[in-house]
Amino acid sequence: MGEMEQLRKEAESLKDEITAARKAVQDLTLQDHVAGTAVVGRVQLKTRKTLRGHLAKIYAMHWGTDSKLCVSASQDGKLIVWDSYSTNKVHAIPLKSSWVMTCSYAPSGNMVACGGLDNMCSIYNLKGKDGNVKVMRELAAHTGYLSCCRFLSDTEIITSSGDCTCLLWDIETGTEKTVFAGHLGDCMSLAVSPDFNTFISGACDFTAKLWDIREGQCRQTFGGHESDINAIGFFPNGNAVITGSDDASCKLYDLRSDQELITYQDSSIMCGVTSIAPSLSGRLILAGYDDFNCNIWDSLKAERVGVLSGHDNRVSCIGVTPDGMACCTGSWDSFLKIWN
Amino acid sequence: MSNNSAGGMMSLQKSVKQLRFEAGIRRIKVSQAAADLKTFCLQNAHKDPLLMGVPSSDNPFRPPKSCALF
Repeated sequence: MGEMEQLRKEAESLKDEITAARKAVQDLTLQDHVAGTAVVGRVQLKTRKTLRGHLAKIYAMHWGTDSKLCVSASQDGKLIVWDSYSTNKVHAIPLKSSWVMTCSYAPSGNMVACGGLDNMCSIYNLKGKDGNVKVMRELAAHTGYLSCCRFLSDTEIITSSGDCTCLLWDIETGTEKTVFAGHLGDCMSLAVSPDFNTFISGACDFTAKLWDIREGQCRQTFGGHESDINAIGFFPNGNAVITGSDDASCKLYDLRSDQELITYQDSSIMCGVTSIAPSLSGRLILAGYDDFNCNIWDSLKAERVGVLSGHDNRVSCIGVTPDGMACCTGSWDSFLKIWN
Repeated sequence: MSNNSAGGMMSLQKSVKQLRFEAGIRRIKVSQAAADLKTFCLQNAHKDPLLMGVPSSDNPFRPPKSCALF
């Protein structure tokens, strides 16, 4: 028993060491640094397209790399691939399990993936020889729900789960290559860095973790949120992470100084953040909330500079096109809207 | 009971090892991190369509309407 007590003491002392090391590099705050920068002007985006077709709550959406096609997942048991320019449905894929919570578009455009309460990640080949979209692999190993998935390539995908772990999979063999364990609560969301070397996960233990994909190691852990982190994303230059939480705030954590730099919150906002995405330059942060709206934040000044209202239910997912031209919101009201 | 202690011990050892690793990483000054963030935003602002606005003629989501006068 004495040894465990010693280890506990060492853990506490190491946590204090980390806190002190973070403080030691805090020679200036971000707020100080941008004191002379003007807030961006009011951002007024309009709905340009409404994608209609799902018959139940939309839980997830993801843009393809061409910034035109996107995939959405709904608990009506369908994955729909949309041509967002024309609003046409390119594919309507019926799912074995309708309890879907996440979807992803492969960077190549050749595949989509989804998963949810079936604890599996199903990979669909969009470019099959006979033109039919079929299940290519069912990745089963998680012991909890699949909350998020993101392709690294046509051969590798990363998943996050309610079993508190993330997994790197070899799609061809359908097996797990690496387990990323360390979170003490359900993993809710993940995002891959622009250079594909690392990824970040947000969890119900109120922390975000940065993982080295090849080493399988957690490099950094970020706390500060007072409730579950539901949404996470990389700042476009790959040096910072943005998170959205049930505590009604979003935060920006800088990776190289290993700390939270800014919090995006307002006393008038009392509901959880469900989804988050940065604009192309990172200056705007778009966040979807439980109160049916999406708020647009000036990332440097932490002021709200716009609102996207138009959905009749919770905004569950949001994504900005890779070319930055538009953002898409998906909602429990069964519609997706494209804004710019 | 002894199984629990063994599992608890291993888990604690892992936590301590991870914390040691995280404590030892190199950290840059916040002033530099903040400066780089600000510079990135400002340098890329002009090519950020959501920030700058998208003219109708360049907006793929909004084909320009032609106006015919009869």
